[in-house]
Amino acid sequence: MKRIINEMKLRLPSRSENEGVARSAVSAFVAELNPTVEELGDLRLAVSEAVTNCVVHAYRDREEGAPAFIYISARIYDNKEVSVEISDNGCGIENVELARSPRYTTGEYGERCGMGFLIMENLCDLVTVKSRVGRGTTVLLRKYLSHGRCDE
Amino acid sequence: MENERVAFSHGEGRLVARICGEVDHHTARLLRERIDREAFLVRPRVLVIDLSAVGFMDSSGIALIIGRVEVAAEFGGVVQITGATQPVKKLIRLSGIERIQGLTVSP
Ligand SMILES: Nc1ncnc2c1ncn2[C@@H]1O[C@H](COP(=O)(O)OP(=O)(O)OP(=O)(O)O)[C@@H](O)[C@H]1O
Ligand SMILES: [Mg+2]
Repeated sequence: MKRIINEMKLRLPSRSENEGVARSAVSAFVAELNPTVEELGDLRLAVSEAVTNCVVHAYRDREEGAPAFIYISARIYDNKEVSVEISDNGCGIENVELARSPRYTTGEYGERCGMGFLIMENLCDLVTVKSRVGRGTTVLLRKYLSHGRCDE
Repeated sequence: MENERVAFSHGEGRLVARICGEVDHHTARLLRERIDREAFLVRPRVLVIDLSAVGFMDSSGIALIIGRVEVAAEFGGVVQITGATQPVKKLIRLSGIERIQGLTVSP
C-alpha cells in the first residue's frame, strides 16, 4: 500500500497573477520527492494549463467582483507518486470528451489554441476531468516520478 | 508582472524579438502587443522570436507563436523560433506547430 508523505491545500483567487503562484507552490511542494528537472518542468506545465483554464474559462460569465476561487489539493506518496487536483466552482464543461480533443477551444481567437488538455495528458500518467454544468470542474493530474535519482 | 520583457533588434530584413521571463496567460497579452507594434513598424521578411531567455512557457506561448505567424504573413514575412530551451522544445514538439506554414523552429 502506498502511504501519503505530505499534503497541501491552497485556495487562490482566480486571477492570472496566480498562475505563476500555483506553479511555484506545486514545484516547491514536490521537491521532497527529488524530481528530475524534466519531471518538475512537466508538472509545472500541467498545473499551469489546469489553473489557466480556471482563470480563462471557468469564471468567464461571472460578474466583476463576484467571488471566484481556484482550489488546489496536492499529495505526494511514498511510491514517488504525485497527485494534484485543481478545482473551480465555475461554469462547468458540457461535453468533456469534446473539450479534451486537440484544438477544441471556446477561447478567444489568437489567445487560446485548444492544447491545454493535450499537454496535460502528455505530461502526466493520468488526467481525469469531472465537470458539472453550472457547478464547476475538477481536474486530477497524477504523475509517477522515476526512481532514478535519490539523495541517499 | 512588469518584469516580463521583450527586447528588439533589427537589420537585413530580420526583426529579432528576444523574450525574457515566463510566457503564460498572464504575460502573453503584453508580449503580443509589443511584438505586433514593432513588427508592423519594421515589416521584416523574417520575424525571429528568440526564446533563449524563456524559462517557462505554456499553451499561451503556442497561441502567441501561431498568432505571430499570421501577423507576419500580412506583410509577406515568416517566423523563426530560436534558442528554445529543453522544456520549451518539448512543448513545441507536443503542440505540433513545427508543421505550420511560415514557421521554422531552429534546433
Ligand atoms: N475549468 C474549466 N471550466 C470551464 N471550461 C473549461 C475548463 N477547462 C477547460 N474548459 C473548456 O475546455 C476547452 C479546452 O480546454 P484546453 O485547455 O484544452 O484549451 P483552451 O484552454 O481553449 O486553449 P489553450 O489551453 O491551448 O490555451 C476550453 O476552451 C473550454 O471550453
Ligand atoms: Mg487551456
